[in-house]
Amino acid sequence: MTGAEFVPLSLPPLVIGICAAIACAIPGNFLLLRKQALIGDAISHVVLPGIVLAFLVTGTLSAWPMMMGAGIAALVAVGLIEAVRRLGRIEPGAAMGVVFTAMFAGGVLLLEQSDTSSVHLDVEHALYGNLESLIWLDATGWSSLFDLEALAGMPPELWRMAITTLFVLVMCVLFWRPLKLSTFDEGFAQTIGLPVNHIGLGLVVTAAIAAVAAFDAVGSIIVIAMFICPPAAARMMTNSLEAQVLWSVVFATVSAVLGYVLAGYGPLWLGFENAVSAAGMIATVSGSILSLAAAFGPCRIRGGAPVEA
Amino acid sequence: MLLEALTLQLGYNATLVTVGAMLLGIAAGATGTFLFLGKRALVSDAISHATLPGVALAFMLMVAFGGDGRSLLGLLLGSAVTSAIGLLCVSALTHRTRLSEDAAIGAVLSVFFGFGIVLLTVIQSMNAGRQAGLESFLLGSTAGMLWNDAVVIALGGTLVLLAVLILRRPMTTVAFDPEFAAGAGMNVRRIELAMMGLAMAITVVGLKIVGLILIVALLIIPAVAARFWSHRVGHVVLLAGAFGGAAGYVGAAISATAPALPTGPIIVLVAFAIFLMSLLIAPARGVLAAMLRHRHFQAQVHVRQGLLALATDQPIYERLTLRLMKRRGLVRADGVATETGQAQAARALLDERRWQVLRSDPAHAEAAAHYDGLTPLDTVLTPDQLKALDQGLGPRATT
Repeated sequence: MTGAEFVPLSLPPLVIGICAAIACAIPGNFLLLRKQALIGDAISHVVLPGIVLAFLVTGTLSAWPMMMGAGIAALVAVGLIEAVRRLGRIEPGAAMGVVFTAMFAGGVLLLEQSDTSSVHLDVEHALYGNLESLIWLDATGWSSLFDLEALAGMPPELWRMAITTLFVLVMCVLFWRPLKLSTFDEGFAQTIGLPVNHIGLGLVVTAAIAAVAAFDAVGSIIVIAMFICPPAAARMMTNSLEAQVLWSVVFATVSAVLGYVLAGYGPLWLGFENAVSAAGMIATVSGSILSLAAAFGPCRIRGGAPVEA
Repeated sequence: MLLEALTLQLGYNATLVTVGAMLLGIAAGATGTFLFLGKRALVSDAISHATLPGVALAFMLMVAFGGDGRSLLGLLLGSAVTSAIGLLCVSALTHRTRLSEDAAIGAVLSVFFGFGIVLLTVIQSMNAGRQAGLESFLLGSTAGMLWNDAVVIALGGTLVLLAVLILRRPMTTVAFDPEFAAGAGMNVRRIELAMMGLAMAITVVGLKIVGLILIVALLIIPAVAARFWSHRVGHVVLLAGAFGGAAGYVGAAISATAPALPTGPIIVLVAFAIFLMSLLIAPARGVLAAMLRHRHFQAQVHVRQGLLALATDQPIYERLTLRLMKRRGLVRADGVATETGQAQAARALLDERRWQVLRSDPAHAEAAAHYDGLTPLDTVLTPDQLKALDQGLGPRATT
């Protein structure tokens, strides 16, 4: 494989995939510890009506209105889940199930009702993403990375995803201590005057931003898988939060790279002609990592609990 | 048009779908109730996503053996196998590792679904054209439903319903109090697995109509809606079945009236409408009832405070208090107490002073626990006790 092939065809999707994986995995660590892991699942389902509505309102498929719509839908969903939970005194899991399935159904209905079939907007696309098609046609080889003219032709998803990842990283570093405190000991965090509720809300909003950006670039499967699998695998490796976040970043990166390579080249090695879904493969690889960690990870059992015979 | 659809006059195919959807809804509602009561509603999410690789694998196997690949029974069998594996993975991750159940659910659903999509793309490249319709399992499709498919769905739904009937007692116990169930000698793990196995059966049966992403809704929403109306398990199960059945029936009928109304989403949205109505108007737990209760309580507090103010000749400034007291004929428009107002104010003051004496006397600790500032003391004590209590008040108060 030469640079002339690799740089235009595989480098952008790889970088986008890695960024998406990391941006989802980092907030995923905290969501996992707070037993809110399924928020990523809920968000990735409810962005569909947001995207369809944004398309119906603006009439274009450009990225910003789509992301706005998705973001608003995610916030509406979080609010609705909270409202159903409080007004109906229903346990959070069921409230979440009620809201996200209903909103997803609404999205599918809107999609069928509106004449969106002429444009590239359909449910399968939303689920699988189109990682493979995010190519950089202007590139001719490694030297293009230093060519400003060619760089301008990079897929815009790459910049968006990179900025989102940076944002998530900065948030994580800036709010590290309050996040850690309020995640492990909410009562203590409250007594030393931390705004626990706002921190929780900020975490969910950051997660939603990461989810929406990644959803736009790579589809909902990667989003759900990366929110949970790398942090869950990392949880089996260590008892320290710092190390867990680092492990999860490593696992997310490995999943993205290995998944992309296996999807693109694996079938060729086996003698088939067509590549398989990269998003699906990345999720599969992250699952394999998790199962390995669950089987052999040094901290796979709850701290102090005896190993089950 | 809708009326015709509701009375099953839109032709053979529409009738088939409507009846099938209703049966599925009843079975799903009843089964989902036990998941909901056991606080594991979202396990169904993992189960349903885990059906996808099974559908794809079954298709590949059937094609490999020279079949058509689209036999519903075969595809459903395949989906049952992988969703069972997914279920066992959730169970193993929860029990054997430090992961909580929600993380296990999320991991299983995303990984199985991702793998299923990998397999779908393999099928696409395997033999273009013949896999047509396999994607319809994602969101359900009823357009091409045949008599055989309908029989599979109806039979499956009925069997699940029967199993729910037979297992309802142990499932209820385990859902509410697994520790008691274990103490009573039940095999909790096995009953839990049976509960989830039934949910799995519903998921598999419902794939064709509602699709694997939305079947979760049919398991959760009717149960949550039914919970608003009763706190007796039997009633909740029956109601959830009724709600699910109604959602399936009405939803399928609505979707039969126009081509752009997909069955699965419409059924889910009808179920959601039932849920919203329950949330608002259910008598005991509904939002409306809670608001009315709150208003009533608020009024009682305001009137009581107003009466106490009258009795001690203090002016009332609170507008709401004044308005409430005027409406009840306790004060005149200028704020002066009427005769009833004076009588009731005297009674309220007496009651308040009796309470004061009662609460300062440790001998009455039990009765004092009833104090909330509103309950009249004569509903708590017997007349004899009251008389004894009045001895402790000054001579002026015992009018």
